[in-house]
Amino acid sequence: MTATSENLSMVETPGVAWRKQIRFALIGALSTAFIALAGMPVGLDGRSIIQPVLSMGFLSLLWVPFVLATIAGSEVVLEGMTARTRDSKDLLAGGIVGLGSAGGLVLLMVLIQNFNLRDPLVNWSPQLLNLLSFNRSLAVGGLLWVLLGLILGVFGGAMHVLPKKLCSRIRTVVLSVFAVSVLETFLTDLLEGFRLEVLTDFVYYKRGGLEVGGALLVAALALLIPLLVGTRIRDVKKQVVDLPAEERKRVNLMLLAVSAALLLVLPFFLGKIANELLANVGLFVLLALGLNVVVGLAGILDLGYVAFFAVGGYTTAVLTSPNSPGFSPELPWPIALIVVVVLTGIVGLFIGAPVIRMRGDYLAIVTLGFGEIIRLLFLSDWLSGWFGGAQGITNIPGVDVGIGTVKGTDPRSVFLLVLVFCAIAIYVSWRLENSRLGRAWMAIREDEDVAEAMGVNTTNTKLMAFVVGAVLASFSGAIFSAKVGSIFPTSFLMLVSIIILVVVIVGGMGNIAGVIVGALVLIGVLGGPKQPGLLQEFSQFKLLIYGALLVWMMLKRPEGLVPNVRRTRELHQDEFLQDAWLKGEIDTGDQEELS
Amino acid sequence: MLQITDLSVTFGGLHALKNLQFEVDEGEIVSVIGPNGAGKTTFFNMISGMVTPTAGDIVFEGESLLGLDPSQVTERGIARTFQNVRLFANMTILENVMVAQHCRTDQRVFGALFQTKAFKAEEDAIRKYGEEVLSFFGSRLVGYRLDQPASVLSYANRRRLEIARAMATRPRLLLLDEPVAGMNPRESAELTELIGRLRSEWGFTIVMIEHDMSVVRDVSDRVVVLDHGETIAQGPYSQVANDPKVIEAYLGRPVGSEQTDEEVRP
Amino acid sequence: MHLGGLRCNSTTVTLGTDVATTHDAKRTSRVLWVDRFLTFIRIAFVVVIAVGLFAFIAQQIDPQNPLARWLNPDATGLTAPQFKGLLVTGLAQGAMYGLIALGYSMVYGVLGFINFAHGEVFMAGAMSGMITSNKLADAGLWEDAFLFCLAFVVITSILISTAVAVIMERIAYRPLRGAPRLIPLITSIGVSFFLQNVSVVLLGPGAKSYPSLPTWLSQKRSLLGFEIEGTKLVVLLTAAVSMAGLWFLVERTKTGKAMRAVAEDKEIAALMGIDVNRTIVTTFAVGGAMAGVAGILWGILFRSVIHTTGFLPGIKAFSAAVVGGIGNLGGAMAGGLSLGAAEATAPLVLLEPLGVDGVSQLRDAVAFAVLIFVLLVRPSGLFGERLSEDDRA
Repeated sequence: MTATSENLSMVETPGVAWRKQIRFALIGALSTAFIALAGMPVGLDGRSIIQPVLSMGFLSLLWVPFVLATIAGSEVVLEGMTARTRDSKDLLAGGIVGLGSAGGLVLLMVLIQNFNLRDPLVNWSPQLLNLLSFNRSLAVGGLLWVLLGLILGVFGGAMHVLPKKLCSRIRTVVLSVFAVSVLETFLTDLLEGFRLEVLTDFVYYKRGGLEVGGALLVAALALLIPLLVGTRIRDVKKQVVDLPAEERKRVNLMLLAVSAALLLVLPFFLGKIANELLANVGLFVLLALGLNVVVGLAGILDLGYVAFFAVGGYTTAVLTSPNSPGFSPELPWPIALIVVVVLTGIVGLFIGAPVIRMRGDYLAIVTLGFGEIIRLLFLSDWLSGWFGGAQGITNIPGVDVGIGTVKGTDPRSVFLLVLVFCAIAIYVSWRLENSRLGRAWMAIREDEDVAEAMGVNTTNTKLMAFVVGAVLASFSGAIFSAKVGSIFPTSFLMLVSIIILVVVIVGGMGNIAGVIVGALVLIGVLGGPKQPGLLQEFSQFKLLIYGALLVWMMLKRPEGLVPNVRRTRELHQDEFLQDAWLKGEIDTGDQEELS
Repeated sequence: MLQITDLSVTFGGLHALKNLQFEVDEGEIVSVIGPNGAGKTTFFNMISGMVTPTAGDIVFEGESLLGLDPSQVTERGIARTFQNVRLFANMTILENVMVAQHCRTDQRVFGALFQTKAFKAEEDAIRKYGEEVLSFFGSRLVGYRLDQPASVLSYANRRRLEIARAMATRPRLLLLDEPVAGMNPRESAELTELIGRLRSEWGFTIVMIEHDMSVVRDVSDRVVVLDHGETIAQGPYSQVANDPKVIEAYLGRPVGSEQTDEEVRP
Repeated sequence: MHLGGLRCNSTTVTLGTDVATTHDAKRTSRVLWVDRFLTFIRIAFVVVIAVGLFAFIAQQIDPQNPLARWLNPDATGLTAPQFKGLLVTGLAQGAMYGLIALGYSMVYGVLGFINFAHGEVFMAGAMSGMITSNKLADAGLWEDAFLFCLAFVVITSILISTAVAVIMERIAYRPLRGAPRLIPLITSIGVSFFLQNVSVVLLGPGAKSYPSLPTWLSQKRSLLGFEIEGTKLVVLLTAAVSMAGLWFLVERTKTGKAMRAVAEDKEIAALMGIDVNRTIVTTFAVGGAMAGVAGILWGILFRSVIHTTGFLPGIKAFSAAVVGGIGNLGGAMAGGLSLGAAEATAPLVLLEPLGVDGVSQLRDAVAFAVLIFVLLVRPSGLFGERLSEDDRA
């Protein structure tokens, strides 16, 4: 059967997959009901996004029909097929998903009114019902939700019907308004630092959230700025890429210097809260950079990473605090730091040596075991003569850096100190990645047996990764100790290791920029294990979101938000090869003659 | 150079190798042939340290290789390629041959962090030597290709890169596991010539597993035939090719046996 | 010699390119310091255990012996009833670890990765048991028709934990079927985290209790010279019955045969006409059911459950599976029992004679130490692994 070039028809992808829409409608129903019963609408209602109109509580429900309808409408276009032309059927499909999501909520409302399941389900309350009914009757509330669901669902489906450019503009506008609202604390602080309170008064409502006017202003800016400067920026980028390597390096260096200068100056324009937030984020960036070396570069899943954080913190405490039981030399922090590095390195070797030869998953569990053992030892009565047991060690002095003292009561100084160490960590990661050691790590990640056969001593190389990661974590621990002024075993739960892992993976495994972005977005906005982020209301829900995010990322985008080109290739090997083949980058034939 | 005495290994109930004797002198090219399942790749795995023998000894340049890790074996001067090409697919072509020089270089964390002169010099040397090794294969693996991931290479180029990578470890002895498998006749002929040049220009001693008899005939000094884990014949190609034991191993029936076709058919 | 056009003298070889002479080798075969260090650790472990046992025995014979006076001045010997009590407690807990370990072992045998979230399946069983038993208690049935209630609670618990396990597989693990081993492991960590917090947000963060058990159940009985509480007896019996049921399923039924085949080699099993997907779902379901039973038993024994209930027992159960030999079901139960017994007795038998105070806090540390010790000394476990070809290290 031959296909001549004239009648080679492209197969069109089939029409709307109704079954899929119904499935998503059900998922939507379950999601909204779950979110409501989890307490998010009530718990987050306090934070307003756009003052009278939209609160975070309602947003936590409203995203469901919209996003699910968009996802349900996305279709994978296989090679050799053309994308189906979208029409009103897609809007209908989106509407179905939206209706389903709303339906779940309405059903829940009816159930709450008629039954009392308060006993197991703590959020099953009249308060929830009132909120969901918009403080009106059940019937009116239900109707409103059905309408909202329908509209948002149709809108979600429309994302596939409208031209791509329009969709991306809508996305930009929505995300910008949301971002400006969420970053309120930070932005008001910053603008106050520049004495631009008049701006904040206009944009933000006194008690939180954007004013309608402010929201409109942000939306307008989000529309206009890309229009005006979008092409300019693209041209400049192209110019830079086309520069010869030497020049490009200089441009990059300049950009780096400028950003560094900005970062150094930033804390002086921010208030206490913002600085505290940034300092916390910085500590986690440091931890994440260390774990990035272990997990991202060498491919070792260390679930007991918090142990090194603990060793760094406790060693600093013991060496610097006058209240340290047992042994209290009261060394100055920088000297203690040297001891910390050496000691943590030794502990790293001690823990690493047994585990380094194990299979990847066993290694994960055993390191977790070690992490727990170390925490239990710090907590135990047996060693409380050294580490204070459950009471910990208090009265840890700050860091005397000559021109001042860095201590927890002055978050600005803490942030600057953290910044310095983050810079060190970034430098170390970067240099090591592009060295003989970094190549060896890459090879081990690719194929450990073959790496060994090519002369790489995998044992020592992996241990090196372990030790480097441990030392970076210990830096964070040392700063943490001095910042908080006291240290307790409860700061070192396995929870911390998992959160750092989430940050590394969500941000981008193996990728320095990704890890920083991950920490900023997750720890900065949602908060760390014990520290609140920008959105304090999320404290009860942040762990839930971290878990869901980790699963989502591993399923859909394991290379992270800011992917490392190489990693993306690794994780999507088949798609990459197919693309390369299509673009003609794969060499198929052998046109060479030997010289 | 390499002396193997009474080498045996058993997997469960299967005697993969039985009292194998094998010797290679410096500068030789020896081919190891035999039907599938004869134990040839297991043989290579044992020399390179990936499998531990249950009995026997492997002596390389006067020292035993038993108990060494694969990376130590490579450091001693033995490199190998793999039957099913196992490149570092997501690393660039140049990086593949750079990482292979790991055991010949020694800059560590200190050098990398402080960008010492020694570190930079070594990186340059590694890069240069990598390009030198790659240029052995003509202009296929050089130029713009250097920074492309190894996964985009064609099959034949992958096999070549595999060999280049082994060369980059600066071995004395090169173990090639089916170097021309899957190549077309023109590519095989070219690689055969290259194998000869590996010995004459680069000074490697080569032991090669191969099924393609024209390659074996054209380039080997000596052929060793394995079957069921034992050596059944040794010698120059012409002698081995006519050895009845060898023919029986491949074809399964002794040449000129009494059973005629009539008797086989009922 | 004339080889295909090249003239070659067999004794001298000319070098065309200036190849840098190969290394001045580090001649002798190095024993890596890592190996030396590991041997040292193994010996240290064995020495600690031996000295601890010795001190214990000495302490039993004479609480005031010189070693005890040096290390553990407040030593009081352990009486036989105390020891037996510890052992029984340990075995009861170990039986539960064993039931949970079965799930880990089966999933590892079939899919080759650790389902980190299996502990949360156990927790789901315990939680659902808590909810149903409290509802039954409110309805007044708990005391009167206890056995019926118990059966009901067990069945609902099994149903819910099985459902959780199956949904988990479908949503989080099936899409990752071909991925390198670490990816599903990380995903399972996310699932575990998520499920724990689902429990927090839906049911609240505090600990929740089971209704009290009828007295005839919780009183002590004498059995073979041991004084066992009824509850612990129930635990051990239920575990035994479940184990028997599982053995029957795996060894004697077609489904079990399919599970064994898929565990051995997925591809060949598919070629033999076995529906691999369905078998994997069944594996998860059976493992989940076992964990559900363990959840109820936990509830009966400890009568309290919180969202973190699944975390430690989950890890310890995995350790038990490794100790017994991963993939090996009998080994999983044996590993569980041994781990439980070790965890209960080691603090007082080994650590206290060595002078460690507050030993009961270190129980969990002991469990992890056992895992590390087994992996150092006999990584394939006490009874040997049963893994498919591609998973064997």
